[in-house]
Amino acid sequence: MTPLLAASPSITALTAAELRELLRRREVSAADAWQAYMSRAAALDPALRAFLEIAGDTPEVPGAPWETHPLLGGVPFALKDNICARGLFCTCGSRILEGFRPPYDATVTVRLREAGAMLMGKTNMDEFAMGSSCEHSGYFATANPWALDRVPGGSSGGAAAAVAADMTAFALGSDTGGSVRQPASFCGIVGLKPTYGLVSRYGLVAFASSLDQIGPLTKDVTDCALVLSAIAGHDPMDSTSARVAGEDYTRYLVPDIKGMRLGVPREYMGEGIEPGVRAAVERAVAGLNGMGAEVEECSLPHTEYGVATYYIIAPAEASSNLARYDGVRYGHRAGGARAGATTGAMTGAGAGTGAGGDLDLAAMYERTRSEGFGAEVRRRIMIGTYVLSAGYYDAYYLKAQKARTLVKQDFENVFARFDALVTPTAPTVAFPIGAKTADPLQMYLNDVFTIPVNMAGLPGISIPCGLSEGLPVGLQLIGPHMGEPTLLRLAYAYETASGIRHPRPAAVNAAVAAAEAIRAAGGVGGVAK
Amino acid sequence: MPAVSAAQVRHVAALARLSWDERSAPKLVGELNEILAYISKLSELDTADVPPTSHALDLRDNVLREDEPRKGLAQAEALADAPDSEAGMFRVPRVVGGQ
Amino acid sequence: MTAYEPVIGLEVHVELKTATKIFCSCSTDFGAPPNTQVCPICLGMPGVLPVLNRRVVEYALRAALALGCEVEPASQFARKNYFYPDLPKGYQITQYERSYAYRGHLDIEADGTSRRVGITRINIEEEAAKSFHGTRGPGGAGESYAPPRPSPDSPESAAGGGDEGEGYSLVDFNRGGVPLIEIVSEPDLRSPEEARAYLIKLRNLLLYTGISDCKMQEGSLRCDANVSLRPVGQEQLGNLVELKNMNSFRSVVRGLEYEIKRQTAVLEGGGRVARETRGWDEGRGATFSMRSKEQSDDYRYFPEPDLVLLRVDQAWLDRVGAEMPALPEARLRRMTQEQGLSEYMAGVIGADPLMAAFFDECVKLQGAGAGAGGGEGAAGVGGAITPAALANWITGDLARLANAEGVEFDALPVGPEHLVDLLRLVDAGRISGKMAKNLLEECWRAGQAGEAGQAGQAGQVGKAEQSGKDRPVAPLPSAIARGKGLEQVSDEGEVARIVASVLSGNGEAVASYHAGKDKALGFLVGQVMKASRGRANPALVNRLVREALGARS
Repeated sequence: MTPLLAASPSITALTAAELRELLRRREVSAADAWQAYMSRAAALDPALRAFLEIAGDTPEVPGAPWETHPLLGGVPFALKDNICARGLFCTCGSRILEGFRPPYDATVTVRLREAGAMLMGKTNMDEFAMGSSCEHSGYFATANPWALDRVPGGSSGGAAAAVAADMTAFALGSDTGGSVRQPASFCGIVGLKPTYGLVSRYGLVAFASSLDQIGPLTKDVTDCALVLSAIAGHDPMDSTSARVAGEDYTRYLVPDIKGMRLGVPREYMGEGIEPGVRAAVERAVAGLNGMGAEVEECSLPHTEYGVATYYIIAPAEASSNLARYDGVRYGHRAGGARAGATTGAMTGAGAGTGAGGDLDLAAMYERTRSEGFGAEVRRRIMIGTYVLSAGYYDAYYLKAQKARTLVKQDFENVFARFDALVTPTAPTVAFPIGAKTADPLQMYLNDVFTIPVNMAGLPGISIPCGLSEGLPVGLQLIGPHMGEPTLLRLAYAYETASGIRHPRPAAVNAAVAAAEAIRAAGGVGGVAK
Repeated sequence: MPAVSAAQVRHVAALARLSWDERSAPKLVGELNEILAYISKLSELDTADVPPTSHALDLRDNVLREDEPRKGLAQAEALADAPDSEAGMFRVPRVVGGQ
Repeated sequence: MTAYEPVIGLEVHVELKTATKIFCSCSTDFGAPPNTQVCPICLGMPGVLPVLNRRVVEYALRAALALGCEVEPASQFARKNYFYPDLPKGYQITQYERSYAYRGHLDIEADGTSRRVGITRINIEEEAAKSFHGTRGPGGAGESYAPPRPSPDSPESAAGGGDEGEGYSLVDFNRGGVPLIEIVSEPDLRSPEEARAYLIKLRNLLLYTGISDCKMQEGSLRCDANVSLRPVGQEQLGNLVELKNMNSFRSVVRGLEYEIKRQTAVLEGGGRVARETRGWDEGRGATFSMRSKEQSDDYRYFPEPDLVLLRVDQAWLDRVGAEMPALPEARLRRMTQEQGLSEYMAGVIGADPLMAAFFDECVKLQGAGAGAGGGEGAAGVGGAITPAALANWITGDLARLANAEGVEFDALPVGPEHLVDLLRLVDAGRISGKMAKNLLEECWRAGQAGEAGQAGQAGQVGKAEQSGKDRPVAPLPSAIARGKGLEQVSDEGEVARIVASVLSGNGEAVASYHAGKDKALGFLVGQVMKASRGRANPALVNRLVREALGARS
């Protein structure tokens, strides 16, 4: 027992729903909850490096129904650093946005604040959500709480690590090609990518607009339903927001799946899957069968084209979405600001920043962007620019849009027969830090099972289904359009029956010890900047 | 698909306003060609009669806003994160051309 | 020697006068301090999303209807990608492969002939911000109006070509995101005069629809031209030059004339016209090369994923049509058939919507005042100021003053109430027609002086936009006339006294009249008018002098 955790060791071990119940019974105060999570985050962050920024004080939210709001009153949470919250930095893990404070809240931030949740800080991520390991953060890599020398997955790696290590009660991430589900899988927690349009994208810094969705990362399925209830529903600020009202998703948490028809796509169980992952998923499928679901093999024949399609469409949209980072209105500018001018933080990554303001416009653009963006982001901007450029649009971009139609049709065909699909979330468990950074393509292929879901705009959830080599394996459930109720019911039933619910990484204890060692040595706290 | 040349990559970098570094160019050209070779896998697909999808979902209704003004940001807020500003405006290296 | 024929097509950008911007709720009001009508959306901050303004669509549909376009049931927004400091997102949202309107036309008359000009397409898009360029520090930044941005004009040359000296630019995003429509014509125009006629007709038509102020000087209407030459009789088009930076109707004509001469000289010299973009330099009266087509931009258009398709069904289109103000043809019919104007007069007024609005207001005021104003001394005249009389003054004296001063009819220093008041004085016989002309000018000058005073008080507003609804500050003509004792004397007793006094002082003239010299009558009338300082009612003077002389009739 460490002194840091002695404050309220039990509070951080609770799920959001459990904490909410204690708050309701007034056995715990919101201030206790805040203090407990902040202490634990401060203790663990030096080892895990999950946070880019931890809020200083209890957030003052006028009129926030703390402690009393039935949904999430008094529950601390974290946001992936590509979701805007007024008053906190929003860097997207990029040096080009170092020091940028958005003057507005994302719609999801507003909704969580209105539901009484308390924002603790912003979590680390692959720069602009481009990556599957959190190693492409412009600041530092995040460690997996299950094994500190392994990646937490990405791009929402900081959010997943923080939730898995009980540094926050829940977090929101974003999922463009698997960025919520894959890190949830690697960290042994629950991650949901909702149907495209169910959750507003207003205030989510765009990576690939037609694929991005915000989703919850939670300790269990009940919390997932709870958080989704707070953030889902139509938003007039997002033109691609679905015309559906929010609802109470916890009512779908029924542990009964008798007669549910489940498909197992054979393309998702083929070569390239680690044996341990395959075994865990097969056990889970057998378990679901045992619970009364009808399980049958099926086929999504265009699966093998998913990654290629994605790596045309997503970079194309990204090359345009990231054009606004030009050093004019906010963020990093090469050459720094003119002396005496109003400025944000300008400490840049860049080598060769010259004296202030002496670059011509062309050089300012090119140096700002080359200094501000990391290698992976530059690579994807290059790909995206190329596939949209004159002479290549039809061969790449238009072709990919057509391939996207085929991928989408695959799902429409199987959902005529099945209520949901069951697959592994990723072909592997968390891999060692540095294992794939040298080979971009190998990194991309880690998203092979999650990408098609984004292409089709469908909901997908990853839930833990056991361990392989001591590391969590994620089970992905894919639903039809607006099939969240089915997914939550299925996930909840599996969680209940299997008893696999918020598995605790042993490594966290080591992390706590490491944190203590750092503190004892007079090291810094957990705040990244 | 034919491989892209260094000259093409350089052109694309100019379009994307990314600086071109001769030293790291060969590595970048190699990586891009590897990725392009992979995504060219799509040419195997017969998509003659397939319509393109640009939105994940069929969004059938218009999404429109009423023409009613709302207060935006104050000047100081708008300029708060500007790397350089003057006289209430964003200051940039001289824009040339066009005049 | 080969004769060459110019082939001209125009691209016209029109700012729509909605209350808010196209994709956010910021005000579009003109003249606010820089960067005060901005929000995270129109500043292109990370994470923001566009939502289309309904009125933008309805105004765009009015333009499509007025130009006889076919409206697409579904159209799509696209991103046009390029870097420029006045383009906050690094792309402009516009329409590309699927515009909302195609295949319209506009009939023009020029050089005595009538011609139908095809409208290829109309796009809905967003305006760029405004850049100011300067090298002299605060306050010294000279505005250079952003050239017909955000049409594709030169971002690449800015970034590709290196620097042109020192200095910096300042960017104000108040204008960024104001809605625009881009009207692209077929290359159906054959002379600068036709281009001018097309532009004026287009402007007037759009003014009628009420969707824009269409002020070229202020940039709410801008024009780029495509111009090429070909030997007369040849079908194939010559090499195309895109011409930009023309900020008035006059500069469009001058720019095209210059460019046609230049291209003719190149061809006659055995050369080839280079495909390029050229700018018009008003000061030098010449065009200059901005960039060649080889450097042509690659805008990497693709469908805007943040917006859904724009769908327009017949019901919506019908509703927009029903709400649209009457177009020129309907108005002309009303003026000639109901209001008794000549074809010519109706044509003059109908051609200028601002003049037409002034006329309408006068007619309305006149009608309202007819009953009340008929009391004093005006019995028998009955307030019968006809629309034709009003039209006569509007197209005559008022138009002459407006032309001389270069002001439009929505910004005159005198308003409809001044003209109606003036004509009532004439109609009641209180002033002569000649006095009325002088009084109008006096009233005009008083109005200008009042405007200058107001602007001075308002401080830096300067030549603020003059809404047509604002009442001019000039005093009414009747008040000026009263104040100066200018009103015509029609009192018979008073005039009779002056006549008696004049006759008694001009015995010689009276004698020569009686001796048979009729000319003396005119002299005596003139003397009476002079004695009354011109105020006496001339008809009355004439009668009384004749009576006093025992006139032969």
